[in-house]
Amino acid sequence: MTTSRWITLAPWLWTIGLFLIWELAVKIFDLPVFILPAPTDIWAAIVKYWSPIWKNSVQTLFTTVAGFLLAVVGGLALGLAIGWSRAIYAGLYPLMIGFNSIPKVAVVPILVIWFGIGTIPAVLTAFLIAFFPIVVNVATGLATIEPEMEDVLRALGAKKLDIMLKVGIPRSMPYFFGSLKVAITLAFVGSVISETVAANSGIGHMMLAAQSQFNVPLVWAGLVALAVLGIVMYAIMAWLEIRMTGWAHRSSRS
Amino acid sequence: MTGFVDLRNVRLSYGQADDATLALDGLDMSIQEGEFAAVVGPSGCGKSTLMKLATGLINPQEGTVEVAHQEVSGPVSIAGMAFQNPSMLPWRSTLSNVMLPLEIVQPHRANLRREKAAYTQKAEELLKLVGLGGFGEKYPWQLSGGMQQRANLCRALIHDPALLMLDEPFGALDAFTREELWQVMRDLHAEKSFTVILVTHDLREAVYLADTVFVMSARPGKIIERREVSFPRPRSIDLIYEAEFNDIVHDLRALIAEARVAA
Repeated sequence: MTTSRWITLAPWLWTIGLFLIWELAVKIFDLPVFILPAPTDIWAAIVKYWSPIWKNSVQTLFTTVAGFLLAVVGGLALGLAIGWSRAIYAGLYPLMIGFNSIPKVAVVPILVIWFGIGTIPAVLTAFLIAFFPIVVNVATGLATIEPEMEDVLRALGAKKLDIMLKVGIPRSMPYFFGSLKVAITLAFVGSVISETVAANSGIGHMMLAAQSQFNVPLVWAGLVALAVLGIVMYAIMAWLEIRMTGWAHRSSRS
Repeated sequence: MTGFVDLRNVRLSYGQADDATLALDGLDMSIQEGEFAAVVGPSGCGKSTLMKLATGLINPQEGTVEVAHQEVSGPVSIAGMAFQNPSMLPWRSTLSNVMLPLEIVQPHRANLRREKAAYTQKAEELLKLVGLGGFGEKYPWQLSGGMQQRANLCRALIHDPALLMLDEPFGALDAFTREELWQVMRDLHAEKSFTVILVTHDLREAVYLADTVFVMSARPGKIIERREVSFPRPRSIDLIYEAEFNDIVHDLRALIAEARVAA
């Protein structure tokens, strides 16, 4: 087999290998199910509880994607504003750093006071955690325009808006699409945090309920569901990135 | 006599009050319409500042800058610029990069959509003139450094500027490519007869291409020598190996060496 075939197969082989070692370790050390269920136990739980897992996954996916889309809109807008003006940058950046340092789990109770438990706090937590990397990346793309390019255009009488539209925004697009991959996985973290603290549905809530009933395989099944959702959404973002800004990834194509 | 580009007693410093750096002081320079002027000098003498002054990107604190008999107070859109870094936009094809100034400068900006075909043809002709015929659809990263620099020249010339500003455009190229591009530049100037200000470190480049070589002093920069180069045009590239040519290069080199010591 050629090296490139091995590279294509590698993700599957490593995943299968991980589960095999896991299964063997559980058997060899004879670990009880409530400490660490074997992959086969988790699989059995997935089959048995398929309906609630599916329903809660759809809920989590919905809150995550909704929060993520808000983060895309908000992050893009704020990133452009920050990249546009040094005054806005200087004023907002410290505030944003401070805000981003707050653990989002600490914000959920406040959101619950405002909006009650359920979908809205989950969407907002996903939004709050996901928008920061988008802002930073868009602003970075705008801030790193080559000064020569700016001089060439300014000497022609270009206004700031011209330079932004012709150079700044297209230039920041690879940064923007790259940040979506980070943002979508963070959005999952946000929505699940909120569901674990205050919700009646969603994977986070399901895991908490399963844990209180000592249904440990179902807890793990919830984790697997999250991992699968995360990988799928990440893959979509990665595809989008290549699709939209292929010019910035030429070395990986040739 | 007033020239096409006139700088009179120009003084310019960067920074504030105490730690200000005086970049240019008492700089006088006059360039006629259609003249090919080269500016040489020790590094850090303010050559690039000179470029920005003549295109209106910055304004002098004292003295006046006139281009095309009008005092410069903001960007002059009759100028085209090319730097050492070709700075092509990687998401645009070469042709579309070359046509970028047309999306900025009036009246082209208003006409571009309507007369797209005519403008595209003009850009393709310009590319052909610099030896890039048929490369318009390629992306900049598919071109070599020399080819990118040719495209960069096209971008600087697409809106038919009356004044072309070149800041060490050939500095990063290998010796053979550089000599090729000297000839490209020579032919472009012969064909389009715009005024050129070429800032360079390469004395042979300056003497080969220019009608007039201006030598600048170390910071604060001013013109310490104006040297006319009267070799007939078109100049063959073999000129650079002739004794008379090398004498001029030698003289200029001595002047710059002096200017460096004086600093």
